[in-house]
Formats: sequence, C-alpha cells, structure tokens
Amino acid sequence: MSIAESLNPDLEGGAVAGASPAGGEVASAYTGSAWRLTMRSFFDNRLGLIGLVMLLLLLLFSFAAPFVYHSNTLVANYSINLPPGPGHPLGTDGNGRDILGRLMLGGQISLIIGIASAIITTIIGTLWGAIAGFFGGAVDTVMMRIVDVLLAIPTIFILLYLQTIYHPTIALLIGTISSVSWLTAARLVRGETLSLRAREYVKAVRVMGGSRWRIVYRHIIPNTIGVVVVQATFTVANAILILATLGFLGFGLEPPAADWGSMLSGGVNYIYDGYWWLIYPAGLLIVLTVLSFNFIGDALRDALEVRLQRR
Amino acid sequence: MAGGQLPPEVLLHTAQASQFEEIMIGYIVRRVLQSVIVTLGVLLIMFILQSLLPNPARAIVGFHATQSQVNAFIKSHELNKPFFVQFWHYIYQVVFQLNLGYSYRLNESVGSILARDTPKSLVLVGVALLLAIFIAIPVGIYQAVKRNRIGDQAVTAFSFLLYSLPTFFLGELLIMAFAEYLHLFPAEAPQGATIGQILSQPMALVLPIANLTLVNYAGYSRFMRSSAIEALAQDFIRTAQAKGLSQRVILYKHMLRNALIPVATIVGLSLPAVFTAGLITEALFNFPGIGSDYVNALVMQDYPTALGITLVVAIATVIGNLLADVAYAVLDPRVRYN
Repeated sequence: MSIAESLNPDLEGGAVAGASPAGGEVASAYTGSAWRLTMRSFFDNRLGLIGLVMLLLLLLFSFAAPFVYHSNTLVANYSINLPPGPGHPLGTDGNGRDILGRLMLGGQISLIIGIASAIITTIIGTLWGAIAGFFGGAVDTVMMRIVDVLLAIPTIFILLYLQTIYHPTIALLIGTISSVSWLTAARLVRGETLSLRAREYVKAVRVMGGSRWRIVYRHIIPNTIGVVVVQATFTVANAILILATLGFLGFGLEPPAADWGSMLSGGVNYIYDGYWWLIYPAGLLIVLTVLSFNFIGDALRDALEVRLQRR
Repeated sequence: MAGGQLPPEVLLHTAQASQFEEIMIGYIVRRVLQSVIVTLGVLLIMFILQSLLPNPARAIVGFHATQSQVNAFIKSHELNKPFFVQFWHYIYQVVFQLNLGYSYRLNESVGSILARDTPKSLVLVGVALLLAIFIAIPVGIYQAVKRNRIGDQAVTAFSFLLYSLPTFFLGELLIMAFAEYLHLFPAEAPQGATIGQILSQPMALVLPIANLTLVNYAGYSRFMRSSAIEALAQDFIRTAQAKGLSQRVILYKHMLRNALIPVATIVGLSLPAVFTAGLITEALFNFPGIGSDYVNALVMQDYPTALGITLVVAIATVIGNLLADVAYAVLDPRVRYN
C-alpha cells in the first residue's frame, strides 16, 4: 500500500543497523536471554513506549468506554449534524447518530480488522516464505514469481476489484486486506530462511535424520519470529490505512456499521459547511492508531537489531 | 584498438569491460524475459479476478433490453467462451493487433481513452515523484549529518506523521487549509481533455501534486536517512576525512553518489505504491486521468477499460523495476564485477 511498506525487505540488514543509534551501549549494558534483551531495549525506546501507551488508550476507548458511555449509534433520526454540546460531546452525524459513540464502534471494527488481517497475513506470508526459501529450486522460483506478479499490481487495483464483487462485511474486508498484505511478509521470511538454511544447527538436524518439514516448522519458522513480529506490527498500521481508504472510495462497511474511514469520507461531504466534528475526530483517531503501531514496530525493529548484533 | 600496444593494466581493464558487457547483456536479457512473464502473470490474475465479477451484460445493455439483446451482447463479447479462450483472445488482440478492446460504456476504444488520459496522469505522478526524490535526498543527507540532533528528530517526527496519514485525508487537510480557508489554490484539479488544457491551469495543479509529493516523500524519507547514514559510515568517507578534505567535498562528491545508488532501487520498488497514491489523489481532486477512469470503469462494470488501465500500469511498474535494476548494476561498480 504505502511506499515504505513495499520497501521493507530492502530496509532490513545494514541500512537499519545504522538506524539504532543507542544499539551498542544498550547491548553491552544488559545480560540475559535474547528475548528479555529485546524487551529491555524496546522499553528503553521512548517512541516505542509512547506508541504502546497510545495503543492501550485506543483499545480502552474502543472496547471499554462503550460500557460507560451510552449513546444512539445506530438509529437514524432528525437531530442531524448537531455541533458538540450537551448529550453529544462530539455532535451528531448526517443521520443524527452520536459521533463519539460511533467513533468507539468504528474503533472496535478498525482494530479488529487491522489485527485480524495482520495475523492472517503473518501466517500465510511466513509459511509461503519459509517453504519457498527452504526448499529452493523450482519451488522457490514458482512461489516467488507469483509474489512478484502480485507485487507488480498496485494494491488499490486488486482491492477495488475484490470489493466490487460483494457487499463489504468484516470478514470480507479482512480477507481482502490480507490478500494484498502477505506478499511483503513472504519476501521477508524467504530472505531470512535463506540465511538460516545455511546455519550449522540446521545441518546438524539434517545429519541426525530430521525431516525437512521438521526443520521448517521447528527451526526455521521459530527463528524468523522477530522479523515476522515487526512486520506484523507494520501490517496492522497498513491495514487500518487500507480500510480507511476503502471507506473513502465508497467500499467500506455499510451503515449503520461504522468504520473510521467511512465516517471520515461521510464528513467530507460537509467540508464546506464547517462541520469539523464530522471530519477531524475520525481523522485524528486513524492517524493516532497508525502512528502508534508504526512507533511500536520501529522500536521492536531497533530492539531486534540489538539482539542480532549480540549474536 | 590494437591490443598489443597497450600497457597491461589497460588490457586488463578492457578485458574486464568486455566481460562486463557480456554479463550485463545476459543480465538484461534475463530480466527482460522475467518482466514479460510477470506482465503476462498480471494479466492472468486480473483476468481471474474479472471472471469472478458478475456478468456485466444485463447492466450494460440496460434493464429494459430483451433477453435476446443480452444474449447478443454476451455472444459478441465472447463472454460465454471458456476462461482460457477469452484469455488467449485478449492476449492475441493486445500483442498482435495492438488493440485493447472497446469500452462497454464510453463510445470509444480503450486505446483512445488511454492515449487521452495517460499523459495527464503521467504529469501528475511524474512531477510528484521527481519532487519527492529531490526533496528526500538532501533532507536525508541533512538528517544523517545532524543525526539524533533536534533538526533530525523534527524531520523524523514530521515524516512519521505524514506516513501515518491516509492519502485522501492528507489531501482533504490540504484542501481545507489552502482552498477553503486561505483561498490560495483551487480545490479541484484542472479539467480538460488534452494535456495542454491541464497545463494551462497551473494553480489548480498545485494541490494534487503537493498531496502526492508529500505522500511519496513520507515513504522515501525514512529510507533516505538510513541510506545516507550507511554511506557516511563507509571506510572511504573516513579516508576522505583523514586526507583533510572539506566537509562539502566529502558530502557532495564522495557521499552523495553512494547515497544515490540505492535510490534507483527504492523508486523502482515503490512504483505500485506511487500508482496507488496517484489513483487516490486523482479520485479526491477529480483529476481527469486514468486513475479516475479506473474507478469509474469498475463502478460502471466497464471491464475492458479497467483491464486496459491495469495492463498499462503493470507494464509501467515492470519497466520501472527493470530500469531500476539495470541502473543499479551500471551505477555501482561493486555490483558490476561480482
């Protein structure tokens, strides 16, 4: 979807090693397991922590706040486009529904779709990349050419095609977003696998008579987990951006269901009427959510680099 | 050139050069073949997706048309033929007759739609792409030099924010700020059939181009910074510093070239994302290019037009990647001789 996303495979390695300035110092200051080391250096990263706190607040806002804050989020009525005031802290939309309540509803859907897409993407991408990278030869060529072909089509072209077929549902949106997101993960995991395949312990498993599948699922996949987790974090951010864009192009969830992108694009119809409460709150929430996942992903990647440097 | 009269190091050099040419030609031939296969693959996938869509005949002919009219449409457009027959006919038509078919909705061929609207989209996407690159490179070098100081952090924060804004929302913010409140630029892109008409309204081009430039810049900026940091860490930079060269010479002569080499690859890889952002920008500003055409074609079930646009964009992506790879191999001597 976005440029940096499509560049991620090439961002790995040297280019990123330079991007973790505090790397050396952090690495020498701590001892312990690799995982603990990663977590330690993650929590030393200020932006990563800010991202984590932002994400927790967003989760509370979307999933916990509706238990406290009750409002009409579904039924259309005549109190339309009311400015923020008593009863409606953020006003009402073009159908008289409470915006604050709908933002919470939209948050649930956006976060569920984002996280579910990231999980599916990760599973497909990891398996695809690990199998292609480990088995190599013709299998690798065929599998990676398929990835190349799909990467040559701009995401939006595939998304619009898929979305014109059915009425959008949450499951369909998850499927659609996953279908265009797994490619980057597959490339990344394949690259990792190629380097892991040559390691001593993989050869040792082979000598001891371990099957190739065993090597893939017991050794290759667990060792790519770091890269995969980082990628998954960026995928959530990206999925939420895609979802918002689909909403803007009119392929979001149908009302009364709410997603931030559709709410935002609905508000844009009133761009010249000064109804700011229809636009800024939804836009701000999208930006904050995407930002929080990007902060977390960046911090995780730096933390992982620290771990790899120590190896 | 008479080889015998040349000193041995020149001989060696020419031998390497001709060997290099051979390797390069082989490499380019291989990459071109790969590109053709990828393009065919793109067509196959779009064809598969299209075969999943509902049969457009009824919607195109109209709801008051008789069944025999619908059947005639299906027959004349071969919509009843097996999948691979349709696919083969399309390929045959495109490759051997250079014919992209006829629009279901507009009374013109897909070729003429593309000929009219592609140049306009190229202006939008091309200018925004070049601007983004020319902004990202110096800013990235500045960030690498001032690494972790306040200036670097401010730029990082700004590009992070840009990167987290959906393309259309950024455009809306630009419209609200510069069209709605400041009245500096029009909110709508220039309208008109020809590229001349588009270019004759430069004020209206400012916001769409600015929007796409910012989106592209956000994508490149993080990469440019780390690429420049990496270039600064190279041994030859330290050697240059040890020689006592000025900071200017080191930055602009030694480091810039090295930081530039990966840019070719970045731009090539980013093309699909750039086209995606271009389509959204066109839709938002009502820019009369192929991005808007594509959205309209899908809404109106005008599949030949949609397929033709996808093909053009896929070919542009594939050629862009090809050029990037070749440029990389030509630019970087370390790649060349390995």
